[in-house]
Amino acid sequence: MATTPGSLLGDLSRRGFIKSTATAAGGLVIACYLPGCSKPEEAAKNVGPPKLIKANAFLQIGTDGSITMFCDKSEMGQGVYTALPTLLAEELGVAPDVVKVEFAPPGPEYVNKLLGAQATGGSTSVREAWDKIRMAGAEARTRLIAAAANEWKAPPQSCTVADGYVLFTSRRKSFGELAEAAAALPAPQNVQVKGKNEFKYIGKTATRTDTPSKVDGSAQFGIDVRLPNMLYAALAQPPELGATVKGFNADKAKTMPGVREVLQTSSGVAVVADSWWQAKQARDALDIQWNPGPAAKLNNAAIYAGLKNASSGKGLDVRKEGDADAGWKANSRRVEATYELPMLAHATLEPQNCTVEFRDGACHLYVPTQVQQMAQAAAAKAANLPPEQVFVHTTFLGGGFGRRLDVDFIPAAVECAKALNKPVKLLWTREDDTTHDKYRPPARNTMSGAFDSNGKLDTVKLHLVAPSITARWAPGAVPQGTPDPFAVEAAHNFPYAVPNLYIDYLQHEVGLEVGYWRSVSHALNCFTVESFMDELAAEAQMDPVEFRRSLLGKQPRWLSVLDVATRKANWGQPPAGRHQGVALMSGYDTYLAQVAEISLEGNNLKVHRIVCAIDCGQMVNPGIVQAQAEGSIVFGLTAALFSEINVVGGKVQEQNFDTYRLLRLNETPVIEIHLLNTDEKPGGMGEPAVALVAPAVCNAIYAATRKRLRKLPIAKQGFVV
Amino acid sequence: MIKLTVNGQPREVDVAGDTPLLWVLRDSLGLTGTKFGCGMSLCGACTVHVDGTPTRACVTPVESAAGKAITTIEGLSPDRSHPVQQAWMEIDVPQCGYCQSGQIMSAAALLKQNPKPSDADIDAAMSGNICRCGTYPRIRKAIHRAAALAAGQTGREGG
Repeated sequence: MATTPGSLLGDLSRRGFIKSTATAAGGLVIACYLPGCSKPEEAAKNVGPPKLIKANAFLQIGTDGSITMFCDKSEMGQGVYTALPTLLAEELGVAPDVVKVEFAPPGPEYVNKLLGAQATGGSTSVREAWDKIRMAGAEARTRLIAAAANEWKAPPQSCTVADGYVLFTSRRKSFGELAEAAAALPAPQNVQVKGKNEFKYIGKTATRTDTPSKVDGSAQFGIDVRLPNMLYAALAQPPELGATVKGFNADKAKTMPGVREVLQTSSGVAVVADSWWQAKQARDALDIQWNPGPAAKLNNAAIYAGLKNASSGKGLDVRKEGDADAGWKANSRRVEATYELPMLAHATLEPQNCTVEFRDGACHLYVPTQVQQMAQAAAAKAANLPPEQVFVHTTFLGGGFGRRLDVDFIPAAVECAKALNKPVKLLWTREDDTTHDKYRPPARNTMSGAFDSNGKLDTVKLHLVAPSITARWAPGAVPQGTPDPFAVEAAHNFPYAVPNLYIDYLQHEVGLEVGYWRSVSHALNCFTVESFMDELAAEAQMDPVEFRRSLLGKQPRWLSVLDVATRKANWGQPPAGRHQGVALMSGYDTYLAQVAEISLEGNNLKVHRIVCAIDCGQMVNPGIVQAQAEGSIVFGLTAALFSEINVVGGKVQEQNFDTYRLLRLNETPVIEIHLLNTDEKPGGMGEPAVALVAPAVCNAIYAATRKRLRKLPIAKQGFVV
Repeated sequence: MIKLTVNGQPREVDVAGDTPLLWVLRDSLGLTGTKFGCGMSLCGACTVHVDGTPTRACVTPVESAAGKAITTIEGLSPDRSHPVQQAWMEIDVPQCGYCQSGQIMSAAALLKQNPKPSDADIDAAMSGNICRCGTYPRIRKAIHRAAALAAGQTGREGG
């Protein structure tokens, strides 16, 4: 249970107090307060500043009637700033746009129960909030009603809430007037969340509450933080991954305009100057010698050769049904294929950055991060302070995609601010960002299938070979002898009926740090599985959809998305000159099917249309769900067509958007999203639609050419895109 | 001192003449709505108008903009009333929002020059603006909507 009985304090919480003073002292309001939030008529009744009463970890009610949510998830485009307050508002009986949103500080009460860490990722935000935030709202509502009922001597069950008031017959009292009395009550029993038939806001499309600030330039991203007397830093990081500073000559840099300091940090050499442009110019003038690191001789050829060599070994069991070895030996009609997936950069449009200020013995971080506690820990270590002396103020994120689950850009900012004893904003260039990412793992997956003498699919084997992200990101979190759960997604839940099935995962480290990239191993494994299902369909001489359908008899949710997508895409009857490919997946408790429609003129590939059917259970805001699916498809298509990170001699070759190409508006196909209306529990929507694009497009290319693409990106396989 | 006109206001900045306009706007003048994405005129996040022309501020030396009228997202309208902003809110275009100032400035310049753009016109005008969140389908829809809104406004004013 998320709500903590007894935590309803009758005064400012310690955290609330700290937040207030931080705001006053820093002159910086991180949360964007929206027009229409304040209630002037309420404020006018009160003399002096309103008291802010913390109802629970997620909710604060002011005596002025203001309602503030402490949002425990970072807003990186996926819509939590709108969706999570909607859950709270529904239970409080207020319009969601009345709720002010502040991003929650680091704290154990904000640990994501689906991830075991305070983290925004894994498409968990709504899934994890669904019960937790509604309960937080329902508990507060129950207390507010009880406080009013006590005063009126009315039966609580006859009181209702609407628009920030408790109502009974003709009486009403505002939440602000009741907040203190509600706080003094004992923890309520039998708190009930609303049923689906009572929802007024959940399940309906409403405009995002952060949109106004994102069309007038006022939304505050990390890069936009400005503090009094702030300096700016640019950081020279080793061109070869993992190298360290041997020595440097800053004579020239120090003579350049605006330069305040040149200092060695834990991750390179930083120049601190009066403006970022000055810092960057001086950084480029540094002469640095580097000690080569363990990745000095690393290159892509060696990485893939290593995966190939490792591939002959046996991995950890992921799933075992029947006897796949016996099935494989007993049947001679076999198909086997190996798929290779490239490393990828996240390429958040806002480059990594962090602003740090030391004041009153504490360290304040203003940072676009997906991991507040990890950010706090990294800064505490760099500042040599206890974690409780580090305050993390989360800004809007200019894209996350998993990149900001890492905190590698934070320590150097802390070190600069500490050395100069002034606020410092450290900002990476685009080239820094592309060349010093935590890349999506490369993978080499082999899949095998055998048909029996009646032509029935008898055996499937799937052998996954890739480095483990979790082994680096959360050492010790994965129990010895079990596979990293973030390496076997979209494989472990293989849905197709087959008597003999064996899936294993072999962890093979490749010598560089890998990171969680939007949809994580779903993208690796869905490409493998759904490409191979097409290969099996071809061997069976069956239509790819009919073949899948014949093996999904016991999978109603998979079947229904397949049916909707193929019907809407007019499967089997593409327009003249066009070809179709299909892919299916379940991930994050969501079920999806995509149909891609392409044409080829010679080797010129054009993706015309992608139709996607989605069953993500109950939705908080279908408009945001649709937007996530649209964006995910663009993200997935970018990777399928263009993306690849190449390491040569330990150096990442891609630098900027000329060499790490991202899809543009004129290259974007028609995207059609069809949302199934189901009563299932909510599924995640930030990521899953990414993963189906590559197999759907490659299967369409096969339909057009009989050429099977087993490597990505498509642009490197003989096609012009 | 370099004299600039930004969002209709005269401003003076004490920076090297070759400093990119982007950093003058953001760091010297505090106009942080204009964003840094690439520094090489590849992503369009820094798009502003210089004498009405959409311009990548990250590669524009500030001295070259001296004496010209510079408009940033903050100056597009005082109250989000520009048809492009209105359409962007109606269609709910932004996700992370980081690229949107640049997208909006490119779209506003397009509509000024071409009040009723075709899909091909939109492709041509908007292909320089990257959106990593992939809001492109909504951007296209919102530009058509903004064209309709602007036409309606003109019609009312004219009538």
